[in-house]
Amino acid sequence: MTTESEQKAPRAPHTAKHATAYWKRNLTLLVVFLAIWWVVSYGAGILWVDSLDKFTIPGTGFKLGFWFAQQGSIYVFVALIFIYSWLMNKLDKEFDVHED
Amino acid sequence: MSVQTWTFLIVGGTFALYIGIAIWSRANTTGDFYIAGRGVHPVVNGMATGADWMSAASFISMAGLISFMGYDGAVYLMGWTGGYVLLALLLAPYLRKFGKFTVPDFVGDRYYSNGARIVAVVCAVFVSFTYVAGQMRGVGVVFSRFLEVDINVGVGIGMAIVFFYAVLGGMKGITYTQAAQYCVLIFAYLVPAIFISILLTDKYIPQIGFGASLGGDIGSRIAGGETIKLMDKLNQLNTELGFAEYTSGKKSTLDVLCITGALMAGTAGLPHVIVRFYTVPKVRDARISAGWALFFIALLYTTAPAVAAFARTNLIDTVSDASYAGAEGEKSIPQWFKTWEDTGLLAWVDKNADGKVQYVAGAALAGKPKFAAADDGTPARGASGERLVTNSDPETKNELYVDRDIIVLANPEIANLPAWVIALVAAGGLAAALSTAAGLLLVVSTSVSHDLLKRVFVPSITEKQELLAARIAAAGAVMIAGYFGINPPGFVAQVVAFAFGLACSSFFPAIILGVFVKRANREGVVSGMLAGIIFTASYIIYFKFLGGTPDELWFGISPEGIGALGMLLNFAVAFVVSRFTPPPPQEVQDLVEHIRVPSGASGPSAMH
Repeated sequence: MTTESEQKAPRAPHTAKHATAYWKRNLTLLVVFLAIWWVVSYGAGILWVDSLDKFTIPGTGFKLGFWFAQQGSIYVFVALIFIYSWLMNKLDKEFDVHED
Repeated sequence: MSVQTWTFLIVGGTFALYIGIAIWSRANTTGDFYIAGRGVHPVVNGMATGADWMSAASFISMAGLISFMGYDGAVYLMGWTGGYVLLALLLAPYLRKFGKFTVPDFVGDRYYSNGARIVAVVCAVFVSFTYVAGQMRGVGVVFSRFLEVDINVGVGIGMAIVFFYAVLGGMKGITYTQAAQYCVLIFAYLVPAIFISILLTDKYIPQIGFGASLGGDIGSRIAGGETIKLMDKLNQLNTELGFAEYTSGKKSTLDVLCITGALMAGTAGLPHVIVRFYTVPKVRDARISAGWALFFIALLYTTAPAVAAFARTNLIDTVSDASYAGAEGEKSIPQWFKTWEDTGLLAWVDKNADGKVQYVAGAALAGKPKFAAADDGTPARGASGERLVTNSDPETKNELYVDRDIIVLANPEIANLPAWVIALVAAGGLAAALSTAAGLLLVVSTSVSHDLLKRVFVPSITEKQELLAARIAAAGAVMIAGYFGINPPGFVAQVVAFAFGLACSSFFPAIILGVFVKRANREGVVSGMLAGIIFTASYIIYFKFLGGTPDELWFGISPEGIGALGMLLNFAVAFVVSRFTPPPPQEVQDLVEHIRVPSGASGPSAMH
């Protein structure tokens, strides 16, 4: 692992513009991911729970709003972190700011 | 083998394991002691974070709490998991890039102020001690219930174990013991949950059984021949007895929003959780590690509401209208009811003298049960043989007092599981309490040796002296925590609201602004933190200690949720004051640029 990185030529320092572009892409991802985070918890689990409770998840006894509040939101949270982490690793490589 | 023998074997075995790990992972440098030499694999760190985070309360009390709250229990489920999304997306990677050792390090350096550093240290120490008192008590309680030793002896044993691996191994020892403790606690939680799921719904996965039809040995009996979903049956049982429907809440929507918000931001701002993300080798490890942490936490947090629903259905069905004395031809209460009555977690008052348990809405007793004693000192018993209490509440028709902890503690007996499962629950509860206590004690010790001594008062101390100071501080913190465990201050339950309220109204905004708003300066953030803390603390103190009444609450927001408003206030004040005061110096602005990008050496002097 170390030998590989030693063989590479030292990276040229990036310009301030490059760093700003990277940061903007990150902020866009953050807005999208936090919007989903908000919708499944505060939205589906709290604010719209009564309307969603009129529906039942087919084949189960779960009212939809209740399920989001006690189960679904947590599953989405886990998925969000793994997907964000994967996308950021790609973004780091694209902008050549990854660590090794 | 008896339950006690099993408990001694399993608890003894796990303790030997923790000590073995502590000896293997001794700390030699301050880097080892504070952040495990930054060599922790992200998955291992995820497990350690899970154990660090899930306390005695998560393990023992949460399912019971949800069981009695129904839908409203969602505030804990979402609040204590959603914070990890904030942590992974907004805090962990940047703090890892910043390097150094602690949260006050970041606050002090980013806001170029020892004043800010000291505010952060005081908050960190306060939050940690608030929390740790409950953990030590939890250790004592588990010992006294399962091994029949005195609570104080239990606290003493817990102190000795934590002392051993926290003082010897620091963060390195704690990390690997916590990973082992996670495995013990999740196994201990899932085994009874799976058994109960099978008994009530004939499904192997509790999360699926939760939404399935009643089936299996106990479930078919409860369903009485019809095909009905567990959730529908539970709503039906609840409403028949005058309780609110299980799937609908009692709290106002605004209050639920605020409590969830305060718990989420508070979770993301708790110093013992944040510091775990300093221990991984790289920025990208910090991101993925938060994902693993939440995955491991979610295993317990999605099982808990299922256990809550199973246990509530089973409890109502088993005890409602059951005859205490076990009269011929009638439904009679099971043996475990009497066992737990002796521990004071259950009590029954035969208000209408029919010899049967009437379980309906309302408090059966005024507070926790106070059992009456006969003249010779033995427990006084009523006509059916039940233990008499002195504080029955005559205003209500409800005859049954149930402590929420019973849902997890008595689960194995309720479901008639083998003795080793009961012993496993004891070991799991201990693992949950010890792991959280150790993480918190490390924050206290680091705050003293690193943030106060090294960074403020005696910058000239050598590495060796600092390590010694850290060990002494850890030892001192264990002693103080043990003292609070033996003499619990009456306000422990109340101050938990404080821990989250403070973390959420002080650290969380300060760190977010530090990363995302370059213009945020010392004046702005220090006044924001002070405004947030003072506002939140005054509201909590007024309602928890100075006798504020529920109709004085602002818009019905309970003290547990006020931290959310404190956080908004902190953001607003910091923003406005920063506008009207000079921007941060150039090197601080460069630092912000530096932490936003993963590549490049982590923080200046990251490992000295």
